[in-house]
Amino acid sequence: MKALRIALMALGALALLAALALAFALHAAHASGWALAVIALASLATWVYLSPRFMAWRYIVPGALAAAIFIVFPMAYTLGISFTNYSGEHLLSFERATNVLLERGEGDGRSMAFALEALANGQHRLDFIGDDGKHYASAPFKLGDAVRLPLLDEPAGKEAPATDLRALTADVPALRRITALLPDGSEMRLLSLRRFAVERPAYVRVGDDALRATRDGATLTTDHAQGWWRRADGTPVTPGFRATVGIANYRSIFTEARFYQPFARVFAWTVAFASLNTLFTFTIGLLLAVALNWPALKGRPGYRIALFLPYAVPAFISIPVFRGLFNENLGEINLVLFQLFGVRPGWFSDATLARSMVLIVNTWLGYPYMMILCMGLIKAIPDELYEASSLVGAGPLMNLWRITLPLIGRPMAPLLVASFASNFNNLTLVALLTNGAPDYLDTAVPVGATDLLASYTYRIAFQDSGQHYALACAIASIVFLIVATLAVANLRLFKVGQSAR
Amino acid sequence: MAVVAPPNQRWRVIAVHAALIVFVVLTMLPLLMILSISLRPGNFAGGSLIPKALTLDHWKLALGMSVLGPDGKWEAPPFPVLQWIANSMKVAFVSAAVALLLSVTSAYAFARMRFRGKGLTLDALLLLQMFPSVLALVAIYALFDRIGDWVPWLGLNSHWSLVLAYSGGIAQYVWLIKGYFESLPVELEEAAAVDGATPLVAFVRVLLPLAGPILAVVFVLAFLSAMIEYPIASVLLHEESQLTLAVGSRLFLFNQRYLWGDFAATAILAGLPLTLLFLFTQRWLVSGLSAGAVKG
Repeated sequence: MKALRIALMALGALALLAALALAFALHAAHASGWALAVIALASLATWVYLSPRFMAWRYIVPGALAAAIFIVFPMAYTLGISFTNYSGEHLLSFERATNVLLERGEGDGRSMAFALEALANGQHRLDFIGDDGKHYASAPFKLGDAVRLPLLDEPAGKEAPATDLRALTADVPALRRITALLPDGSEMRLLSLRRFAVERPAYVRVGDDALRATRDGATLTTDHAQGWWRRADGTPVTPGFRATVGIANYRSIFTEARFYQPFARVFAWTVAFASLNTLFTFTIGLLLAVALNWPALKGRPGYRIALFLPYAVPAFISIPVFRGLFNENLGEINLVLFQLFGVRPGWFSDATLARSMVLIVNTWLGYPYMMILCMGLIKAIPDELYEASSLVGAGPLMNLWRITLPLIGRPMAPLLVASFASNFNNLTLVALLTNGAPDYLDTAVPVGATDLLASYTYRIAFQDSGQHYALACAIASIVFLIVATLAVANLRLFKVGQSAR
Repeated sequence: MAVVAPPNQRWRVIAVHAALIVFVVLTMLPLLMILSISLRPGNFAGGSLIPKALTLDHWKLALGMSVLGPDGKWEAPPFPVLQWIANSMKVAFVSAAVALLLSVTSAYAFARMRFRGKGLTLDALLLLQMFPSVLALVAIYALFDRIGDWVPWLGLNSHWSLVLAYSGGIAQYVWLIKGYFESLPVELEEAAAVDGATPLVAFVRVLLPLAGPILAVVFVLAFLSAMIEYPIASVLLHEESQLTLAVGSRLFLFNQRYLWGDFAATAILAGLPLTLLFLFTQRWLVSGLSAGAVKG
């Protein structure tokens, strides 16, 4: 036991050191806010582990910390991103975007022919001939190093030695690392296999929030509200940077037609999908559970396993299986339908058919769960109730309505809400089955008839070329609100179900 | 149940049997079709449920072996399926171990200790479970993108990032283990405490040895949930050699490259062990999911 204690202490010390190292690395990377957060968390954890008052928390902190960092923090971060313009156009921080501009070079139109001369001692020399006939040459240098070579005037008239272009091609990577300095101070870099070109920085910093364009002397100023460096006439210069834009994303979702129309369609379908699916799976599951709890029926264990099977097959296998079976031209389902009825329904091109298919597949996936839950609950109903009802001549339907449903209703309620909530966000189903297809043709962002809110945000962020991360986060935050309402409702129902017993 | 059997009982039983059989056949049909497709030559629909000619080509490709095509050329496996399976197993094993470690300690404190904020924390855990990570995918992506700037082996495209991302979802397991601990008599640890054992000693020496079954179940559940997780893995992993099976398996069915037969063989190869494992543990899973509702 002593060994265990020492091992745990060592582990704790190690974790503390790791946290400090992380904080230091963060600080070095100019993310002092994050560094402070890490130190705060680490000291909180240390306090918990040293003070006897927090005996119980010692056992909880690791799990709670994991949940806090990888569940709670991403949710808060999602909300945070939704107030920014984070997207493909505004990927970098202000500092990084500014540095990209400052490091950008441009030619000023001057370039000159060059020749690479191999010297006897393994070193090389560069000779240049300007278009005006002036000659320059570098001192001998070692090819392959990143060097800045000052060039000296050479007497005119000397012909540069001819170079073997094929050999030169192999030297291109080394030549790219060379900066040649003309006597007037301008810098030249490799332009092509035959020429070096004068290159100068495209932008020079002239103030905290001002850059000057070298080409035309124009001044660039920052637009922190929208995350751009702008010229005086307002044209933005890429790349943009991340900026806080307040509720702009939410405003676009609710006021701009190109965003609220797809949002409204997707929202309506999401609610319909989650409700219909909960209804279908519960109905089928309940009926099957009632049948499987009927003692007069023989062979019930066999039925039970067969009926449960769809739930046991991993969804990432069964969903693509259906994707293949429903394939319009190559799938087995259309093959059978064509042979029987001469039709090939467009399961992926017609909105209604696609939605029916999504519902069919998800009902197939989900009914066994409801069946198992209902079976457990029905078993707990005392037999005397059914005996009494059969004495007064009630039929099976009457039993279902008057005894079974009312008695399993209360414990089932939170589970039905949970099923609704999880189907509300059933990204895996849509991503693997239809990927939203068929897509609407009249929307600015890619979105389809079977897209749920979750898959809609996924597509906006990760599949659209615009990488609209912030917009996706804004939509996700709205869904969070909906899920939070459902979660609280669920907890209430759960508590009611518990206290009733 | 019924003391008085109604006169039409026999017909009812037959009708229910018939309905159940039709339903079972309908639900099993896709699974049978997949078996037949995996044994049928070619990658396109062939027509009959019972294949006219049998071939093991799809299976060989799934197992990473090259096959001789009809045109006399050797055909290499389209995807590194075995590599994907190995990736999935690695991620699932490590994250199951992490989940077990994190949840069993928390569950002990929740089951056996009295402290301020206990009810609140338990409620919070229950609420968190309802929030799906699919809504925070952008934030998770951005988080690991940043982490990768400082610690490359924890960044995007690494399996450790996936393990970390999964380590937060332990609420369900905490509740499951807590319920089991509460079913064990507290007197055992009290006796140990009388003998001078600290809570840590009582936990490790008395409670843990008794909790073997539930620990195994939680491990298998965490393992399975990591094996089948799609959204987070699809966002964090991009390189073909790094993919998990759940992400890789969607690459088989694109209209430009439709590998129906190869997919079928892979599906059975990967799906069958997971299905059996799940069938084996589903009893505990379901009782855990409905624990609050059924047992109270």
